[in-house]
Amino acid sequence: MRPLSMPRYCTAMLGFIIQRLLQSVGVMLAMSALVFVGVYAIGNPIDVLISPDATQDIREDVIRRYGLDLPLWQQYFAFLGRLLSGDFGRSFVFDIPVLELVLARLPATLELALASVLIGAFIGIPLGIYAGYRPEAASSRAIMAVSVLGFSVPTFWVGLLLILTFAVNLGWLPAGDRGPLVEVFGIGWSFLSAEGLSYLILPALNLSLFKLAMMIRLARAGTRETMLTDTVKFARAAGLSEFTILRRHVLRLISIPLVTVFGLEFASTLAFAVVTETIFSWPGVGKLIIDSITSLDRPVMVAYLVLVAFFFVVINLVVDLSYALLDPRLRRGRAA
Amino acid sequence: MSLLEVRDLRTHFFTRAGVVKAVEGVSFSLARGEILGLVGESGSGKSVTGFSLIGLVDPPGRIVSGSIRFDGQELVGLKQPEMRRLRGKRIAMVFQDPAATLNPVLTIGQQMALAVRAHGGASEAAARDLATRTLTRVGIPDAAARLDAYPHEFSGGMRQRVAIATALLHGPDLIIADEPTTALDVSIQAQILAEMQKLARETGTALVWISHDLATVSSLADRLLVMYAGRIVESGKVGEVLRAPRHHYTRGLLDSLPATAKPGEKLNQIPGTTPSLLALPPGCPFAPRCPRADAVCANDPPDVVTGDRLVRCHHPLGVAA
Repeated sequence: MRPLSMPRYCTAMLGFIIQRLLQSVGVMLAMSALVFVGVYAIGNPIDVLISPDATQDIREDVIRRYGLDLPLWQQYFAFLGRLLSGDFGRSFVFDIPVLELVLARLPATLELALASVLIGAFIGIPLGIYAGYRPEAASSRAIMAVSVLGFSVPTFWVGLLLILTFAVNLGWLPAGDRGPLVEVFGIGWSFLSAEGLSYLILPALNLSLFKLAMMIRLARAGTRETMLTDTVKFARAAGLSEFTILRRHVLRLISIPLVTVFGLEFASTLAFAVVTETIFSWPGVGKLIIDSITSLDRPVMVAYLVLVAFFFVVINLVVDLSYALLDPRLRRGRAA
Repeated sequence: MSLLEVRDLRTHFFTRAGVVKAVEGVSFSLARGEILGLVGESGSGKSVTGFSLIGLVDPPGRIVSGSIRFDGQELVGLKQPEMRRLRGKRIAMVFQDPAATLNPVLTIGQQMALAVRAHGGASEAAARDLATRTLTRVGIPDAAARLDAYPHEFSGGMRQRVAIATALLHGPDLIIADEPTTALDVSIQAQILAEMQKLARETGTALVWISHDLATVSSLADRLLVMYAGRIVESGKVGEVLRAPRHHYTRGLLDSLPATAKPGEKLNQIPGTTPSLLALPPGCPFAPRCPRADAVCANDPPDVVTGDRLVRCHHPLGVAA
């Protein structure tokens, strides 16, 4: 759609993407080393894995089987070597491949995180633009009050209130779990059926409150600033309606910080939605990581945190690429 | 009948520090196709006068009294939707800095199409076609291809041409130009001035050209209004005002033009600064800076009208007392 077909620009872009992907490999290596050492320092998983009354022979056998008798650096490089062939190791606790374990839980968190950031953006941005357009209006002050609440009220408390109101008292929505799943490409999703969706609504709302507050603030600040510019004055002088000015001029001008925060929030929710997942018994990865920390399930922790680093790197890359779509001045800067 | 009749216009800004009387009793008229130069220092109220005409005075400012009749229609007190239908269609405006007025993230074509479609649902293709033709008129080569370019891909002069083309899209009766050449190179200034003059003549568009630069305005305008502290202190045909200024402020402005100074001599300047409009004492606002001021100047000066010349002074120059 956009006139971007200069081959030189595409080459530069491709170079940029490759460079970023190489960087991401470095980030993930560093992350894996940090996590490996950190988790090693927490405690000895053997104490958790084996019952105290096991014989010394069984103990040593288990230690050897998991390679825990080796020095740390050997364990780390053995781990890296397996990683390259796609093997994240086996969970000490569940005794199944870690990747299988994480991937089985990931779709649940993925749809929950995406639903919550989308709710936050689609409700928060229009509200924020309105509050920035009419900063003195009573309705704008009400919107800002909501955003203050969103920032300051703890997630778990709002989650409990949501359950109390909509699940217990009104009985409109289920209080927890994922509900029936619809399988697409062998992965189960809740949001594809109306009933599944009803299970998703409350936890997604709970998580979205903070993002909503964030989006309102950002959109409001950007709109207030943009409304004072000559661009808006000139558009008004050309006879554009206020709605067209907000939709076509202002929204585009304030979009870069919004996209940035959208990406960061999506990534961090993907990684750390643990409170909401616990309250709503949502079987996502957040609960998995907390369980694996309590049981010192080292392979799960390491694999999970490396995966989280990967998400952050990929989402940040997508955000960076979207800057070039949103602001043509950056395209030239990058190609030059 | 004239196109524009402004009578006793007052635009005030209600700030926390007090009421700023930015425009205080301005009256003038403008015929179809006429070019009016509106000059004065920063803070003289010339830009606010321009924004008042197009109904875009930012809060906390508003027109408190007076009348603006445009083609027989009263604009003061007109509802925003009706005012919006006039803006861009019959009254257009061009601003000082084209880098700030054009939206950096939309193509020229997208922005101009928005302006076309603000007045009637032209198709995308028709809007692009009109934009191309208008860009060609203001001297942009290869306009059809340039529609897909972004503002940062144009030079300053070309950007201002795009802004001017946007103002010209609907063939307005009146264009208000707020220092549109100030941010440009001198050579580009001259080109734009010549083209604006030509376009105004060809299309019969009236121009209000706001500037602090007497030299620019004198080469372009038919008539000159000199503003000081929110008031018109002198008006008349450009040639007459420049040849024989009657207000001491106009005289001061002309004397401070570098071109009038003798080489090697110090440049002239008007002593003092523009007064604060917050608490203007009664009497002539120029009196503290005026070489001819005396006790009489503590009273409001009269409008001395001779023919089509006006001067607001107790002691006008070149007029027998």
